[in-house]
Amino acid sequence: MIPPDDLAIETRGLNLWYGSFQALRNVNLRIRRGIITALIGPSGCGKTTLLRCFNRINERDPNVRTTGEVRILGHEIHGPHVALEELRRHVGMVFQRPNPLPLSVYENVVFGLRVHCSAGALTRDELDAAVESALTEVGLWRDLRDRLDRRATDLQLEQQQKLCIARLLPLKPELILMDEPCSALDVEGTHAIEELMFSLRERYTIVIVTHNMAQARRASDECVFMLLGELVEHRRTADLFLAPSDPRTAEYIEGRYG
Amino acid sequence: MGLLIRLCGISAILFVMGILLFIVREAAPVVVSGRVSLVQFLTRPEWFPTSEVHRRYGALAMIAGTFSVTGLAMLMAVPFGLGAALYLSEFCPPRPKEVLKIVMELLAAIPSVVWGFIGLTVLSRIIVTLTGAPVGVNMLNGALVLALMSVPIIVSIAEDALKAVPDSYREAALALGATRWQVTWRVLLPAARHGLLAAVLLGVGRGVGETMAVLMTTGHAVQMPRSVLDSVRTLTANIAAELGEAPAGSDHYRVLFLTGVLLMVITLAINVTADLIVRGVKRS
Ligand SMILES: Nc1ncnc2c1ncn2[C@@H]1O[C@H](COP(=O)(O)OP(=O)(O)OP(=O)(O)O)[C@@H](O)[C@H]1O
Ligand SMILES: [Mg+2]
Repeated sequence: MIPPDDLAIETRGLNLWYGSFQALRNVNLRIRRGIITALIGPSGCGKTTLLRCFNRINERDPNVRTTGEVRILGHEIHGPHVALEELRRHVGMVFQRPNPLPLSVYENVVFGLRVHCSAGALTRDELDAAVESALTEVGLWRDLRDRLDRRATDLQLEQQQKLCIARLLPLKPELILMDEPCSALDVEGTHAIEELMFSLRERYTIVIVTHNMAQARRASDECVFMLLGELVEHRRTADLFLAPSDPRTAEYIEGRYG
Repeated sequence: MGLLIRLCGISAILFVMGILLFIVREAAPVVVSGRVSLVQFLTRPEWFPTSEVHRRYGALAMIAGTFSVTGLAMLMAVPFGLGAALYLSEFCPPRPKEVLKIVMELLAAIPSVVWGFIGLTVLSRIIVTLTGAPVGVNMLNGALVLALMSVPIIVSIAEDALKAVPDSYREAALALGATRWQVTWRVLLPAARHGLLAAVLLGVGRGVGETMAVLMTTGHAVQMPRSVLDSVRTLTANIAAELGEAPAGSDHYRVLFLTGVLLMVITLAINVTADLIVRGVKRS
């Protein structure tokens, strides 16, 4: 059993419907702090849906209805006094398609600070420092230091995705959710993002959705296998791939669902 | 079939060129012969086209009339129209949204003479009561009517511009913890700025070109406006009112055509600018 202090995410009896279609069925999940957890499963099994519960971004869709509990770092996030903005400050998200804002590189990185701090609270120097440290951390500083005023949407895809990770960092999130962050990138880009995940691992809890079995194996400490909206198996990655305990997991990792 | 479509396209162009040519041809002699100076036409406010001894063709007062009425109208219509577009595209639940869009379409479908009617009867009385102005048909009245008329155009084009902003931008900003207002200010408005500007310009174009409603509501006095409660006359209203009485081929008649050329140049410039802006959006 994981001690409660070590829990980053805990769900109890989580169900989710899109209209009348049930996409998540009674999901009970406990994700540990400070490690990388991969969500795997065949297409349409609800990985993205589950991930989007953790920052409540799926509530943008008026058809979505959820029941059950989601606790982030011990706090129930559906309570009446939960501020969505605060929640999302602590739980960052990286999307499948890199989606930098149509602003400069600089403004992308400080966007979070600007929306969370009152106008006069930050000096130019503090912002500059935040940009330098965030871009350094994702390995973009050398390439972009002289081009901070370039439009972020003009960068290469790999740079865009790194920037999307960098813009989370000034807010010092506890958790970073990644939804197939490499699916729009080539092999090199994928490799670079994986390296980046490793370098972030100690300080942030990372949950990554991936289609790519090899990536889950390489890049995660624990692995969650889902099927048809249900959580089938959740174990250490090495164990799950070597000796899956559920026959459905075994079939999947042998490649039978594709 | 292809030939037919090409024919339609070409004839549309020919018609426009033909109209332009006709107007210029009717206007040109009076300028070429030097009987009316272009500079005076554009810079003098005295308009006495039928005076025997003191004939003057200065359109400045009416240029000022057109721009002041349009400007004042835009001062009201732009914030209102852009606000409504923002509300419709970002904040409004789907059901009321449908209703509001139908209302907008109805507003757009009201003929301008009916607007003039409303200005003449309803608005003018309200203006007199509220402001104590001697007459209710004046710049303010015309501007109010024009504002009401251009709001639907501004709303529909601005809403299209906002709808064209990819949803992934909204989601990215929301996921960083931005409120809906912050998303609107910091992301949507900058991202849609070209389309919004085009919406405003087309609203302006509508204002400059509108005739009947302003003819009925601005009081029709040729004077340089000093306050919003002054009666004014616009370029369009002047043509509509006087062309019927100007003998064909007379100087007066030709100067009215010259006014038409001026109007076409203004609206063309506005529309081309709006078009270039919109195209700039599509390219980027
Ligand atoms: N906005 C939505 N409205 C209705 N149904 C949806 C919506 N989003 C997802 N679904 C359905 O919910 C199920 C789970 O979708 P989800 O996107 O979570 O799957 P996924 O595991 O992320 O798949 P993939 O690997 O293809 O990304 C699918 O059957 C999908 O069709
Ligand atoms: Mg998905």
